[in-house]
Amino acid sequence: MSAPGSLLDLRDLAVSFNTEEGLVQAVDGVSIELRAGEVLAVVGESGSGKSVTATTLMGLTRGPNATIAGSATFEGTELISASDEELRAIRGNRLAMIFQDPMSSLDPVYRVVDQIVEQIQAHRDTRSGEARERAIELLDAVGIPDAAKRADSYPHEFSGGMRQRAMIAMALSLEPSLLIADEPTTALDVTVQAQIIDLLRDLNQRRDLSILLITHDIGVVAEIADRVAVMYAGRIVEQGTIDEIFYEPQHPYTWGLLDSLTRIDRPRPKRLSQIPGMPPSLLAPPRGCHFRPRCPHAFDRCTEVPSLLPRVAAAPGHLDRCWLEPARKQELRQAGDRDALEQPR
Amino acid sequence: MSSAMARFVVRRLLSMLLVLFAVSVVVFLIFNVLPSGDPAVRMAGKIPTETQVEAIREEWGFDEPLYVQYGTMMKQLFSGEMISYFTRQNVSEEIWKGLPRTLSLAIGAAILWMALAIALGLYSALRAGAFSDRVLTVLALVGISMPVFWIGALMSYYLGYKAGIFPNGGYVEFADSPFEWLWHLVLPWTALSILFIGFYSRVLRSDILETMGEDFVRTARAKGLSERRVLLKHVLRNSLIPIVTLWGLDFGAVIAGGAILTESVFDIQGVGQYAADSIKQLDLPPIMAVTMFGAFFIVVFNAMVDIAYAALDPRIRLEGRPSR
Amino acid sequence: MVFTSRDEAESAGTEFSLDSSEQLAGDPAERAGLGPWRLTGRRLRRDKVAIASGIVFVLLIAACLAAPLWASEVAETTPEENHLSDQVLIDGKPTDVVDMLGKPIGPTWNGHFFLGADGNGRDIMVRLLYGGRNSLVIGLAAALGTIAMGLVLGLLAGYYRGRADSVISWAMDVLWAFPVVLLGVALGTALALGGLDLGPITIQGDSLAIPILIISIAYIPYLARPVRGQTLALREREFVEAARAQGMGSMRVVFTEVLPNVASTLVVFLPLLVANAILLEAALSFLGAGVQPPQASWGTMIAEGVERITSAPHLVIVPGAMLVLSVLSLNIFGEGVRDALDPRARVRIEH
Repeated sequence: MSAPGSLLDLRDLAVSFNTEEGLVQAVDGVSIELRAGEVLAVVGESGSGKSVTATTLMGLTRGPNATIAGSATFEGTELISASDEELRAIRGNRLAMIFQDPMSSLDPVYRVVDQIVEQIQAHRDTRSGEARERAIELLDAVGIPDAAKRADSYPHEFSGGMRQRAMIAMALSLEPSLLIADEPTTALDVTVQAQIIDLLRDLNQRRDLSILLITHDIGVVAEIADRVAVMYAGRIVEQGTIDEIFYEPQHPYTWGLLDSLTRIDRPRPKRLSQIPGMPPSLLAPPRGCHFRPRCPHAFDRCTEVPSLLPRVAAAPGHLDRCWLEPARKQELRQAGDRDALEQPR
Repeated sequence: MSSAMARFVVRRLLSMLLVLFAVSVVVFLIFNVLPSGDPAVRMAGKIPTETQVEAIREEWGFDEPLYVQYGTMMKQLFSGEMISYFTRQNVSEEIWKGLPRTLSLAIGAAILWMALAIALGLYSALRAGAFSDRVLTVLALVGISMPVFWIGALMSYYLGYKAGIFPNGGYVEFADSPFEWLWHLVLPWTALSILFIGFYSRVLRSDILETMGEDFVRTARAKGLSERRVLLKHVLRNSLIPIVTLWGLDFGAVIAGGAILTESVFDIQGVGQYAADSIKQLDLPPIMAVTMFGAFFIVVFNAMVDIAYAALDPRIRLEGRPSR
Repeated sequence: MVFTSRDEAESAGTEFSLDSSEQLAGDPAERAGLGPWRLTGRRLRRDKVAIASGIVFVLLIAACLAAPLWASEVAETTPEENHLSDQVLIDGKPTDVVDMLGKPIGPTWNGHFFLGADGNGRDIMVRLLYGGRNSLVIGLAAALGTIAMGLVLGLLAGYYRGRADSVISWAMDVLWAFPVVLLGVALGTALALGGLDLGPITIQGDSLAIPILIISIAYIPYLARPVRGQTLALREREFVEAARAQGMGSMRVVFTEVLPNVASTLVVFLPLLVANAILLEAALSFLGAGVQPPQASWGTMIAEGVERITSAPHLVIVPGAMLVLSVLSLNIFGEGVRDALDPRARVRIEH
């Protein structure tokens, strides 16, 4: 039973692909909730399964080689078992998605305004003139200068940042309640990144747009997220509010992620910190905890799959998948240089 | 037309003229300079007489320096007065007579092959990996492995001569009988198209499959568009761009000389067959003229294809090159 | 993001997609560190159909090379020997090799006249094998010629750019402007008459070198353009810059850095070029501008056959079928090579 205010509720989502080399378990039992009005960030490296989770919600992973199990309830509708037609009606309408590379995400042979109009007309009975006006309004609202004239341009005539703004405008054309943003800033310059993040934050705060943000960039997470879920090799290894994750991280992988940030408030280390090793092959993942081979603190219990549970007494919403006792975690975190971020006094 | 477009067109025209000039020089070299022996004797054909050879030498100026010879050759070609020493007919007139026949063959075949290639290419792409797709791939491969003149000869023999369903070659003027005109062209159109259908359907299939993996197709689906719309307006529209340009080039090539084999086998008496007959007799003036004629068509179609590309793909309108 | 190794960082921008599910899986061979050529070889070996086709083609070549053997041991004749007035035993009855109306016998499936005789009483099987030798040799030699010339021109144009590129590209445009068949015909006719006499190079008019030369020239632009394009792109890559920074001369850079990468394009093109060369030779010979009589090729045999098609269609069917078989086996093998070089194309296909 979903909690009130729950917009999106994932329960045991599992996605596997049948490839030439064998069965790849890309998503292995993901359960998480996104509440209305919040920004939930899913963080992980390439291959963690975060993008597959997102695209599966939209139904874009459906195919003869994919096996999708579990449930994803969005505004009362079950997405995983929904028919193609039901899903199509929701996509772009109630649930929208923007992607990583705005250059290749827009059709090069159609004008920008026409692509927005196309989306509007796919779901509503709107006349072209009206739809066109709405499209120009949207482009203006996302910060495209001279929107009325620029609307008739082709995608390649826009800069990277402008294209992403146009994608956002297009995604919002039918006022969806949830926007899934899959690595929206990765392909952009750093300065443009900041602008896009500002735009998204603005949309979240002023228009009450809920956002599911997929990213590998912790800096971006810090800017905008309310809650965070950390994924590794197909599983969520830790989730909680942004303060909980940044100031009281519980999982060794999260420690590694935060460690690898360069810190202004510390003396410069001789070498940048790295998590040794490589993410596991999802064809034959390690037994038990997926992070075990790379974890400096692994012990014998780790060959048993840890469940995602709240383990810190004072924080019922802060879940993690590590068998270590919370007290031990605290010790390890504060040993030597391997601190979490310090809570400001 | 914007000034950028105008400049583009002018540049293209200039380069076309330059290429045509180069082609004429190469033709000249091929026929007059490259081979050994006396050019006048060669010109006179298989059974030259002494007076003929002298007359030819006089007329074409084979004693003069090379550039004068070239000038004479060009004058001959464009004067419309050049005659074949073997058939005693005016070369330009013969080409003019054969042109509508060659065009009938080429245009009909081009439309047929394009329509079928798109249908089959789309069908196999949508059923990629399935049995029907594999069958079509094999058929396509067989199609591109068959010599046009061979399959044409066999079709003409079995379906025309023996079974009597189709006429046994020949051509009927459209003005005389539209139906007969069409009926006589069915087999030639089919023979000529087989190779192209095989080739184009596979190119389109792989194009479509590649386009389906593109990000903007994923975006189109994420927008909630119907699968049909995604396919037609986004996938096909993008996949067809390279196909249409290839088609323009091949169409030009068919008119220019690709039809030579089909025309010979079906006795269509178009420009191609004129060239083929001249080859058998080693009758040089018609061969030279037809080669120039062919090169002209190819150059023109090359330019048209470039313009068409710019019209179809907005990305290259400004830069003049595809940026993909 | 400094997560792990440099490779991870490089691919950090790549989001997971269906196409990279293989990457997630991690090809065990790739993980073992095999080079790209070994991987291609492995994939090709797994493609039974392509291998079978390749073998068929090789067998065809072998059969045609064994032509003299067949001619002397089995058919006991030569390709030019005509048996117009001879008789052969068919079902015990002596039959004219070529009857009164000029109709030759069909296949006897015996040693003599295995596939029948042609209008001049010659043994088709023997001519088929000898002609096949010509057709296949011309095809292979021409393709190699195209690769040699096209490769050099493409590399020069792509690497040195500027003047060299302008001149070479323009020359390609001129060559491209000629309809392939007409160019072949024009050259074939002109040279067939008197042979080639260009300074130190003299070639007889009826030598096989002429069709080989013509066909290889005709296809140069088809190879030179892609090679040029690839070279242009490769030129800008870091490893080329690195090599030049090390002080490597241009020629060495081209050979050691650019060429290996262009090699994959060549590998894909080779079967296609041979197939097209064989077809072009057949077309030219059919028209009379290729192999000159009394020598045979499958093209000339079809031309002779077409004249008598009403009385002896097998004269047309047989050489044509051999052509189709050779070209088809090459095409199927070529497909296999292409798939082996780029398996990702295949993964998408299976969706």
